[in-house]
Amino acid sequence: MFDTLMSWNDLLFMLKGAGITLAITFWAMLGGTLLGVVFGLIRAVAPWWLNVPLGAVLDVLRSVPLLIQFILGNSLQAILGWQMTPFIIACVVLGLYTASYCTEVVRGGVLAVPATTRRAARSLGLTYRQDLTHIVFPLALRVALPSWIGLTLGVLKDSALVLWIGIVELLRSSQIIITRIQEPLFVLSVAGIIYFAMSFPIARLAARLEKRWHEND
Amino acid sequence: MIEIQNIKKSFGSLEVLKGVSMTVNKGEVVSVIGGSGSGKSTMLMCINGLEPIQGGRILVDGTEVHAKGTDLNKLRRNIGLVFQQWNAFPHLTVLENTMLAPRKVLGKSRQEARDIAAEQLRHVGLGDKLDVFPSKLSGGQQQRMAIARALAMSPRYMLFDEVTSALDPQLVSEVLDTLRLLCDDGMTMIVVTHEMAFAREVSDRVAFFRNGEICEIGPPEQIFDSPQRPETADFLKAVLSNSHKT
Repeated sequence: MFDTLMSWNDLLFMLKGAGITLAITFWAMLGGTLLGVVFGLIRAVAPWWLNVPLGAVLDVLRSVPLLIQFILGNSLQAILGWQMTPFIIACVVLGLYTASYCTEVVRGGVLAVPATTRRAARSLGLTYRQDLTHIVFPLALRVALPSWIGLTLGVLKDSALVLWIGIVELLRSSQIIITRIQEPLFVLSVAGIIYFAMSFPIARLAARLEKRWHEND
Repeated sequence: MIEIQNIKKSFGSLEVLKGVSMTVNKGEVVSVIGGSGSGKSTMLMCINGLEPIQGGRILVDGTEVHAKGTDLNKLRRNIGLVFQQWNAFPHLTVLENTMLAPRKVLGKSRQEARDIAAEQLRHVGLGDKLDVFPSKLSGGQQQRMAIARALAMSPRYMLFDEVTSALDPQLVSEVLDTLRLLCDDGMTMIVVTHEMAFAREVSDRVAFFRNGEICEIGPPEQIFDSPQRPETADFLKAVLSNSHKT
């Protein structure tokens, strides 16, 4: 039952794919989070004429299936002749998708900081910016972290969809091996274990941070 | 000197302050009493510019608070404000809560800010709680921390907004004792309060607010023993009979 045609080389091939998955996730989360913080802050404090259009654009990004966004993004750059590699397109599209979710996570965190706490900070003479950096961001981070970790884990798995624009990440590399050795159950189990091995430390780290912060609450 | 001149303040169509005027001189302790919604707390928020006003003006040491070009952040350094809901910064220790403003607003070094904060915290009796997080403190201790946090800026004025109203009854006295300390130090204070006995004891003058106006203002003996206005007498009668019941 445990006889398999899968070789160590195949496993190495899958791990390389996992590396691509991690790289895409990393860049998408980095870009998406930076944009999400900016947009989230705008959503939390800006007047309606800025808030409504921004919200509408982000709603589109959240509502259109990611697969369609990848393919549209890929086609668009081909038509415009930007000469971007599929890897960059993958990171940009997934990054924007991440940003649209991260915006809501950040907005929720910022709005969860009580107005009275901010008022106390301002009453001490802290400027608007000092209030943001020393009071609002640290407090919002505590509220937003669990959702942000959830988002990271989601993006890690959603990144599998980039195989449709020709990137060999973990899932695509598994498929290639399955086609050759015809052992889908075994190979997909290995892929699943690798996904789990990547996700689990992130979830644990988050749980530890959360526990440490809540000791003080 | 804080000069409040005929200020008007509305929230939407609700007029909260309908032309309030009073002057608080250096070293003076003025208590403000009155029912909920009479505009007492709102007036405090206006004094340090946390709330805009729709009419009149407020001068703090000659600076008009709501004038264009007034640096409110600078003005607020001189005016300490303590809230009903102490508003601790929950992610910072007691010491860090108190150090934050001296460091970031006054630009003190870490060591200097630490010394100032530790001294103020000792002053209010929290010398043994420096590295504790606010959540581990009682309400009374958190409120005393809030007072130390405001004092760490060495303000010229202290405003207290019903600082004992949200406390359990047995914790009220420790906060009032801290306020008495400040009175003894000669701090200029405006104290919005429901503690009539305390107001009578520490105040130079007492202002009775009613429906967004100062109904009567005078020395505590006048307000509490021989009020000139029937509304003042009615209010005190209602409050005092209430406190006997509890």
